[in-house]
Amino acid sequence: MGRYLFHRAWQSLVTLVLASVVVFLGVRALPGDPALALAGEEATPEQLAAVRADLGLDQSLPVQYGRYVGQLLSGDLGESTRTGQPVADLVATTLPVTAWLSLYALVVAVALGVGAGVVAAVRRGRWQEWAVSTTSVVLLSVPSFWIGILAVLVLAVWAGLFPASGYVSPLEDPLRALWHLTMPAFVLGTAIAAVVMRQTRASMLETLSADFVRTARAKGLSPRRVLGRYALRNSLVVVVTVVGLQLGGLISGAVVTERIFGLPGLGRLTLDAVFTRDYAVIQAVVILVTAFYVVINLAVDALYSLLDPRVRVDA
Amino acid sequence: MAVEQPAPPAAGVGSPGAPTPAADDGLGGGRGRVLRKVLGDAKGVVGIALLAVVVLGALLAPVLAPYGPTEVNFETPFQRPLTVGYLLGTDDLGRDVLSRILFGLRASLQVGLLAVGLAVVVGVPLGLVAGWWKGVDAVVSRVTDLLLAFPFLIIAVGLAAIGGASLGNAAIALGVAAIPTMVRVVRAETLRVRSRPFVDAARTMDASGPRILATHVLPNAGSAIIVQATIIMPTAVIGEALLSFLGLGIQPPTPSLGIMLSDAQQYLLRAPSAAVLPGLAIAVICLGFNLLGDALRDALDPLTVPARRRRRGKAAAR
Repeated sequence: MGRYLFHRAWQSLVTLVLASVVVFLGVRALPGDPALALAGEEATPEQLAAVRADLGLDQSLPVQYGRYVGQLLSGDLGESTRTGQPVADLVATTLPVTAWLSLYALVVAVALGVGAGVVAAVRRGRWQEWAVSTTSVVLLSVPSFWIGILAVLVLAVWAGLFPASGYVSPLEDPLRALWHLTMPAFVLGTAIAAVVMRQTRASMLETLSADFVRTARAKGLSPRRVLGRYALRNSLVVVVTVVGLQLGGLISGAVVTERIFGLPGLGRLTLDAVFTRDYAVIQAVVILVTAFYVVINLAVDALYSLLDPRVRVDA
Repeated sequence: MAVEQPAPPAAGVGSPGAPTPAADDGLGGGRGRVLRKVLGDAKGVVGIALLAVVVLGALLAPVLAPYGPTEVNFETPFQRPLTVGYLLGTDDLGRDVLSRILFGLRASLQVGLLAVGLAVVVGVPLGLVAGWWKGVDAVVSRVTDLLLAFPFLIIAVGLAAIGGASLGNAAIALGVAAIPTMVRVVRAETLRVRSRPFVDAARTMDASGPRILATHVLPNAGSAIIVQATIIMPTAVIGEALLSFLGLGIQPPTPSLGIMLSDAQQYLLRAPSAAVLPGLAIAVICLGFNLLGDALRDALDPLTVPARRRRRGKAAAR
């Protein structure tokens, strides 16, 4: 297992290096001269050269890349080309919003998805399975951001149950934070829950008809114990895979959800940066999200081998 | 515009499998059989009907739309649906919602087809090559594994930052995001077909790898590619709406269902129908493709896999 994880960690590192090269070259491919933008249109050639030297733009690409990676590793994400604020500060204020939202949404997705999936599998052929399956097909066909807008319309504007926008940190006021985040988290979470539910149901159906489950039943174990300790545990590998594969969707979804509910998160920071052409911020966000994505994928792989010892052999 | 393309898959679906093994199987023409199965399936019929409405609406938008999609009328903002002259009402600028939805359908289908096209053009050759040559497979599979769950929004953000937000860049981002699954599907099909006797026969006749891939493997992977395309299409349609909603896709005043939703959110209280209708249109497109895709999968599955297995079993018994 140690060797397997080491191998995977090595792969992840290669991925990160590749991603940083792509981002680095992508920023260089952008139209416009950053030195000119910073120095202003009326700058003399000398001033321009000074800015260029200051930014390290007068050096060769590999040297520039080395400098860039060095800065990244020391936590220096550069400064916003628009406001001059350190990007690290901007990320530090917006990241928690996105993190809380995603975490809450993930809890909703797993709870709803696994719960409904198990119910659909156990109640096979009855109305419960039909209800769960129909809901998931509808959820998959309908854009989740539209559900978000409808939720704002019905639950916030008409019924007044939840606030239509705004954010409160859970560290400051947990109850108000819950009130503010519940609608966004459910909108983001149910979209993923639909996928999780489908896979959980399929996997549970397979496990429930396996020999070892029949043996456990024949042994006289209570249905609850058979379901929880035997069937569900075996289906968990599938659930972890699906949730891992939905990670990209979670990140993309968080950006949209933040936009609908006016949450001051990383998504809003990114979109504002795109509209104002704040390349330093875009660059930082792309690298951060990629790093996060790679690390979580590694964690999912590690989780596999904990949940299912057979995975180690395959590696 | 190539908007009418969604229909052909249903009709042409049997042909890819026909040239090599399916032609001599005595099952009586794959093409008509699949079509009949899809038409005999409630899901298929509803899916085709929904798509027919959508495609006709998009194609005939210039004829059907009572007003220009960007025609502003400050005298009649926020008309309710079913008002005389405005079947689905008007938005904040007095633009006719029905006309905008019809033209929005065009944009949705356009981006969807471009994305599917990109996924096919790049994904299919990569999948074939990866399934055939082991050395290439190692590299291709590693990259697709990595891209498989990568947030497509990050790709879209990068493209919008470099090339500006546009219909084309949205389609590229969505197409790139769809490539990994297409590669996987085609690779799996290639692996399945490469061990079949008719491929061995081609090999003994000294056919080159590319030739076998083009004449034997690709036709057999056809149905899987088409089914995958019906999966990519609705995803891309939702993706376009989402990108345009965020301002990363089609730019106003060009009508897009996503932009309409984004606008409608500004005046939710005054005209809730403006937030409901474009979303419904997206749902209809996606439901149509999902249903048709399901029916196609059902129609193709029992025809291809088990029927052949049965025959192989019989041959072995003999």
